[in-house]
Amino acid sequence: MRGFLLNRLSQSLILLLIVSVIGFVVLNLLPGGPLAQFGLDPGMTQDDLDRLKEQLGLNRPLWMQYLDWAWRLLQGDWGHSFRDGAPVLSVIGRHLFATLLLMGTSTAIAIAIGTWIGIRGATHRYSLFDHLATVGAMVALSIPTFWFGLVGIYIFSLKLGWVPAGNMYTIGDGSVLNYLHHLILPSLVLSLVHVAIWSRYMRTSTLDAISQDFVKTARAKGLTERRVIMKHVVGNALLPMITLAGVQLPSILTGALVTETVFTWPGMGRLFLDSLGYSDYPVVMGLLMFSAILVILGNLIADIAVAIVDPRIRLG
Amino acid sequence: MTERTNSKSNYSRRDALRMLAIGGAAGLIAPNLLGKPAFAQNPPASPTGRVVVGFSQEPTVFNPLMPHTECDDAVHFSVFDALVRMDPKGVLQPNLVVEVPSQKNGGISEDGLVWRIRLRDDVRWHDGQPFTAEDVKFTLELITNPKFRAWRTAGHSLVRDIKVVSPTELTWRMEEAFAPYLSFLAETFMVPKHILEKEADPNAAAFNQAPVGTGAFKWAQRIAGDHIELVANTDYAGEGPYLERLVFKYIPDMTVLYTQFKSGDIDLVDQAFITADNYAEAGTLPDRVVMLERGASVESIYLNLEKPQFKDPAVRQALYAAIDRKAILEGLYYGVHNPTETFMPQNSYYYNPNLPAQEFNIERASQILDEAGWVPGSDGIRVKDGVRLSFANSTTSGNHLREQTQQFLQQTFAEIGVEMTISNLPAAVMWGDFWLKSQFESAISGVTNVIAGDPDATNRLHTKAIVAKGGKGSNTGQYSNPEVDALLDKGTRTFDREERRAIYLRVQEIVRQDLPFLPLFAYANVFGRKAGLEGFEANSNTRVASWHAAGWHWKA
Repeated sequence: MRGFLLNRLSQSLILLLIVSVIGFVVLNLLPGGPLAQFGLDPGMTQDDLDRLKEQLGLNRPLWMQYLDWAWRLLQGDWGHSFRDGAPVLSVIGRHLFATLLLMGTSTAIAIAIGTWIGIRGATHRYSLFDHLATVGAMVALSIPTFWFGLVGIYIFSLKLGWVPAGNMYTIGDGSVLNYLHHLILPSLVLSLVHVAIWSRYMRTSTLDAISQDFVKTARAKGLTERRVIMKHVVGNALLPMITLAGVQLPSILTGALVTETVFTWPGMGRLFLDSLGYSDYPVVMGLLMFSAILVILGNLIADIAVAIVDPRIRLG
Repeated sequence: MTERTNSKSNYSRRDALRMLAIGGAAGLIAPNLLGKPAFAQNPPASPTGRVVVGFSQEPTVFNPLMPHTECDDAVHFSVFDALVRMDPKGVLQPNLVVEVPSQKNGGISEDGLVWRIRLRDDVRWHDGQPFTAEDVKFTLELITNPKFRAWRTAGHSLVRDIKVVSPTELTWRMEEAFAPYLSFLAETFMVPKHILEKEADPNAAAFNQAPVGTGAFKWAQRIAGDHIELVANTDYAGEGPYLERLVFKYIPDMTVLYTQFKSGDIDLVDQAFITADNYAEAGTLPDRVVMLERGASVESIYLNLEKPQFKDPAVRQALYAAIDRKAILEGLYYGVHNPTETFMPQNSYYYNPNLPAQEFNIERASQILDEAGWVPGSDGIRVKDGVRLSFANSTTSGNHLREQTQQFLQQTFAEIGVEMTISNLPAAVMWGDFWLKSQFESAISGVTNVIAGDPDATNRLHTKAIVAKGGKGSNTGQYSNPEVDALLDKGTRTFDREERRAIYLRVQEIVRQDLPFLPLFAYANVFGRKAGLEGFEANSNTRVASWHAAGWHWKA
């Protein structure tokens, strides 16, 4: 297990290095840059822009900028946002809660409903329920989330007035109920696509488990169908889902670009879009590294979890 | 003001637009007819209520001296004060000063070089410390401190020998006479010396995240990516505030911003405003006041005059004659904006209304090119001295109204034997070196030429402002006319309003004749707010609607 971990960790570090170099170069090669936003300001002169460029260190050669950035990163300094001057980690931290709340809720909903649909679909194969679930999943996967979002706002907020049209909470009312009320529509909309994914995976995984010998043995022992499914099938079918959960982990923390915009949700997805729009390199790089670390961590955790649950993997 | 509360009207879209246009025009005149600022109407005795202002960009820069964009201005105007303030009519009013310095009152010497500023003695910072001349000196010196990441330094770089005479008086010398500086000061907010002087690096000061000013509202909190909350400064030295809380809410998507205005989540739409395509519908919303107000920005086709196609004045005249502005304004922009012939904002004191009006005439355009010797080549595109009358036009990609305008222009230009190709770029690329260093052939851009209502356009029109030729400024079209240069130089040295007016009227005449850029329209902004929110006044001399939230209040 220790060798396995060390091996994975060293691979991860090389991967992070590659991600950082590519990210930094691509970002900085784009023409324009962080000062382009002032290009149309009345009274802004090229002299002012040149001075700012120097103060921000943007006139140095790219490799020097990269080494400086990487060296600071290794010391725990993720740099400061060009836009508001705040440390990158604090900028990310400020948006993390909103994303965790939204993505955590929608993922929980997705796992609960998706798993149930998947198991039921597999155990009642080719039934009306199974067909409906298949069609539903295809629809949810084919239609962009922002469309569901806008339709949801139109029907449930503007027409019926059941839920707020957006925002994380009503300004001036920080109660838990208020947060929950605002959470309903975006988390349901966002969970739609994840329900589809989870249900499809779970269905396949359950079907795999059902055809295994130990299930036949369990049935032969005379167990009730319910006991067979709950005790022998579901447990084994859930195993591959750990990997899926690992892959999904980064998205729980990095947010959903479009959904957060449609629902005015102050999360990481929107932070990424905004920072990109302003060419706020330190924040974009910070987010890039943050999500790269999460992807690697997510996969690592999934691997370890599977290895713990299923000794065959560890030994193999 | 155009108040629309009738949601049952059966007007056609055309009728509605026509009526709204008339109403909008009345809105422009009405405040002047009233004769006094709207914010004088029955405000409450003590600050009450809350207003949520919607923005499509997030305010993130709270140190007003650091590089920032329009939306940040809303926070600056509310938390801080400048020495002077530009009112909606374009007249400077005292803010932190007792009186606006001028040559008449002795605040500015006859040669314009020595300035004397007298401050109010009743102003306090939000932390209770008194505001003094030391703060003004500190602020002006910080802007030109090479270690400080200051926003624009134009004007400030001419200030020398700042002397504090007393806590309420200071003097300085200008390196050269520069009349626009007074207007620049209207956008220069004062920062507290007693807080910032202790900072080793003012660029990273805690103050920048939790500012302390002298303004009508105090900093309360910021939820990053969502909103900023300010609370009333009950010790404010000026008028107001009448609201207990002021919230600036960030809603990046324009459709969502408008939806939240409809749903009532936001009380007032600020910078970015309501889009032209939603104007007609917004006017029908119950309990909402929708106004059309002239802005300071002018949308034009900028021509890079160093390109051989555009060096010939006949080409510029012909292109201008081939633009069907009426169709563009009505067909694409829903009749919201106004045609204009100049770069000067239309409600400016310095606006020249007597310029020849552009006339759409394809035959005339062709005739001008024929007479100038531009002959159609084998492919139908005109040629003269080996130069094809063909050019690329660029603007921000994704701006669908501009893209439609381009396609429309492309067709009409083709009719006179001119080839225009479309080559759009993302905003961060378009307005970087490509624009600033004149790498474009032609571009569609909405440009504000003046700062805080001052008519000086040196930065956009003077030969010394051409960056591509080593100049300092943003004359990106590379326009150069010695007469305009001389007039602009004279304008910056002249302090008398009437004299300056004559100078800038003439500048506009010459520019209209030279056509270095082809004006399409002067922007009008669609302001929307909840009925009952009083004291609101539009001010085209500022970049945000929330320039004077101190005067806002809810109807009792």
